[in-house]
Amino acid sequence: MKTNEEVREQEEARDVGTLVRVTINGREYRARRGATILEICQENGIPVPTLCAHDDLTSAGVCRICSVEIEGSWALQTACTMEVHDPGMVINTHSPRVRQARRAILELLLAEHCGDCYTCAASGTCELQEIADDYGIRELPYERREPRFEPDDTGPSIYRDMNKCIQCRRCIRTCDDIQSVGALGVFARGPEAHISTFADMPLGDVVCTNCGQCITHCPTGALREVDHTPEVWKALEDPDKHVVIQTAPAPRAAMGECFDLPPGTSVTGRMNTAMRDLGFDRIFDTNFTADLTIMEEGTELLLRLKAALVDGDTSMKLPQITSCSPGWIKYMEHFYPDMLDHLSTCKSPQQMFGALMKTYYAEEQGIDPESIVTVSLMPCTAKKFESDRPEMVDSGHKDVDYVLTTRELAQMIREAGIPLPILEETSFDEPFGDASGAGLIFGATGGVMEAALRTAYEIVTGREVPFDNLNIEPCRGLEGIKMASVKLEGVVEEWSFLEGAELKFAIAHGLANAQTVMEMLRDGELDDLHFIEIMACPGGCLGGGGQPMPVNDEIRRARATAIYSEDEDLPLRKSHENPHVAYVYEKFLTDGPCGHKSHDLLHTHYTPRGRELK
Amino acid sequence: MTTRTRIDWNNVVQDVVDMRGEDHTALIPILQDIQRSHGHVPREAQNAIAIALDVSQARVAEVISFYSFLTEEPQGQYIFRLCQTISCEMDGKDEVASALERALGIAFGETSEDGLFSLEYTNCIGMCDQPPAMLVNDDAFGGLTPQSVQDIVADYRRKGEER
Ligand code: SF4
Ligand code: SF4
Ligand code: SF4
Repeated sequence: MKTNEEVREQEEARDVGTLVRVTINGREYRARRGATILEICQENGIPVPTLCAHDDLTSAGVCRICSVEIEGSWALQTACTMEVHDPGMVINTHSPRVRQARRAILELLLAEHCGDCYTCAASGTCELQEIADDYGIRELPYERREPRFEPDDTGPSIYRDMNKCIQCRRCIRTCDDIQSVGALGVFARGPEAHISTFADMPLGDVVCTNCGQCITHCPTGALREVDHTPEVWKALEDPDKHVVIQTAPAPRAAMGECFDLPPGTSVTGRMNTAMRDLGFDRIFDTNFTADLTIMEEGTELLLRLKAALVDGDTSMKLPQITSCSPGWIKYMEHFYPDMLDHLSTCKSPQQMFGALMKTYYAEEQGIDPESIVTVSLMPCTAKKFESDRPEMVDSGHKDVDYVLTTRELAQMIREAGIPLPILEETSFDEPFGDASGAGLIFGATGGVMEAALRTAYEIVTGREVPFDNLNIEPCRGLEGIKMASVKLEGVVEEWSFLEGAELKFAIAHGLANAQTVMEMLRDGELDDLHFIEIMACPGGCLGGGGQPMPVNDEIRRARATAIYSEDEDLPLRKSHENPHVAYVYEKFLTDGPCGHKSHDLLHTHYTPRGRELK
Repeated sequence: MTTRTRIDWNNVVQDVVDMRGEDHTALIPILQDIQRSHGHVPREAQNAIAIALDVSQARVAEVISFYSFLTEEPQGQYIFRLCQTISCEMDGKDEVASALERALGIAFGETSEDGLFSLEYTNCIGMCDQPPAMLVNDDAFGGLTPQSVQDIVADYRRKGEER
């Protein structure tokens, strides 16, 4: 006989989302019907180990380390896939059977695993290491398998050592579902199964965007960035080199996480001090060239609009699409090689900076460009590939010599024993010291659009964008695809053809969302748009493949908050008001935005690659 | 199969895709068709299939690597698949295996130079009542002995040479 209470609960339980009563480890909880056991445990602070689960990904249930015991069920169930439906479920997350099963799974995983934590980039953030530690694994009952794979160190951005792989498939699901690229797969079966690429080709030779999302979603050290720290140390140790570092907006919002500060702690000033202590000769802000990008890209947009609306010139494609995310650029080159003329010809801020460093800066400071080493601190692994692109030598030298990810710089700071969290704050160096908040918000999805609007709207109308405190809310947030518009009214003489026009734009982040936008564009559904911002990584650069782990939407939001609040506190919020940018146009890029000189140094072209593999 | 002319795999794939459609769910039938008609699905064909179905090359290749009846390397005209599962294992599989290697002149995992024969193991083929058993392409043989294997091989050799 069911009690009245049970009957009522069962009736309630027909709707997903209603609350049902469950018992976990002898305690009662109210759980949302349809939630997984793992979600319920996490919401209630009950630890359950996981390896193949990730907040960004759908459940796969392949590693089985989250096994739990359910009363009445003969077999153990994986908490990540088992949903709670009927009220009264009795769950045990640490019965002897559960612990024994998990230990057995772990011992088998470790017997297959070839790696030494002390030489591993993941040590300290590795989820396998953490679980082995929680379970106090001190020796293995099985003979360990010999290494089966040659690590792939040939790529520009990603280093793969499949001997450390536990086949959780998080990288595959990330590359497929978040990025729509599909570079990786599981090959063969049983003991021969392994994660690889088509025909075991090096990752650098297949269709891969170098975005590094596979790295930030890997629980182990099987994937990491190509390490540039040895070269940077060498440059720093060389007294004849003038080593400058430019720092992108996203690392400063996340670096603190590598030093146990909570996500969302902005460490801009402390990081500057740390880099000075490491021996960098000048610390510059990539936001400066982000401001420059806005001038160039905003002007380019206005020129395209004029060509289309006034001159009836159809060769200048609209909508214009942003070009500052090198993972996105490579995605376009592979998947939409016939639509490359939608891309802005502007180089990314990193590459603009590099080009200016070895020309303008070298001239101004009277330094031989040969002796300048340009390093950049980026949230991004694709930036390594970008800096290696053969065309990125417009200064007559390699414009950007080395790219460090946030994680790599954190590593260097730790190696040097520099106590980042307690350092005093210092500012950036001149002549690129001040950058605007508009440059800073480039680090978040929607930020380039917001920065561009703050400037373009004002150029065209002579007034500030009509949003409270310059915060263009429709550009913000983690929604995958955002679309909005701004009406241009009361425009100045020069732009009179835009009077009454509705400037329409879209924003996408994560390449799967980018693909949706591109398919809509191809199908003619977005013909009325003028400008599209796309960033390869979820959340934009702040969720980049070179950022600290772990990452999920909560952490992305915290990093975004750090960036937006720093923007709000800056005296300078608009790119076109940056006095250094004006100075560069006055002294160096004298024919103005999109002029000859900036075309030579700050603009680029793209390579149609297609998807064919040779 | 002894003389191979260069195959235009793009055409091969295009013909099969025209028949099976461009939806990604057509992947396995397409692979089976090409395996049947050409004895293997080489990388060139995998690449073309990926592009035609708008899936990644990795996806096509991993499906081939998963199924033992799909292969990337060319296979013989007649593929001998000896069952290695328990009933056969317990009832004389090993002697039959040696006899097969001798009669075919190749080891397991190999294809004969004339392109006539391939030899491999398979897991259970549902003939546990007649061990040891094997498949030769789609033909099933049970109750094998080292002697019967010689006769079967001789039969196929004759058939192959007649073609
Ligand atoms: S992957 Fe994890 S467990 Fe393996 S060596 Fe690296 S840190 Fe250690
Ligand atoms: S770097 Fe990006 S595109 Fe390349 S394999 Fe990793 S997730 Fe896929
Ligand atoms: S490489 Fe990393 S994410 Fe990919 S399957 Fe192996 S352990 Fe998992």
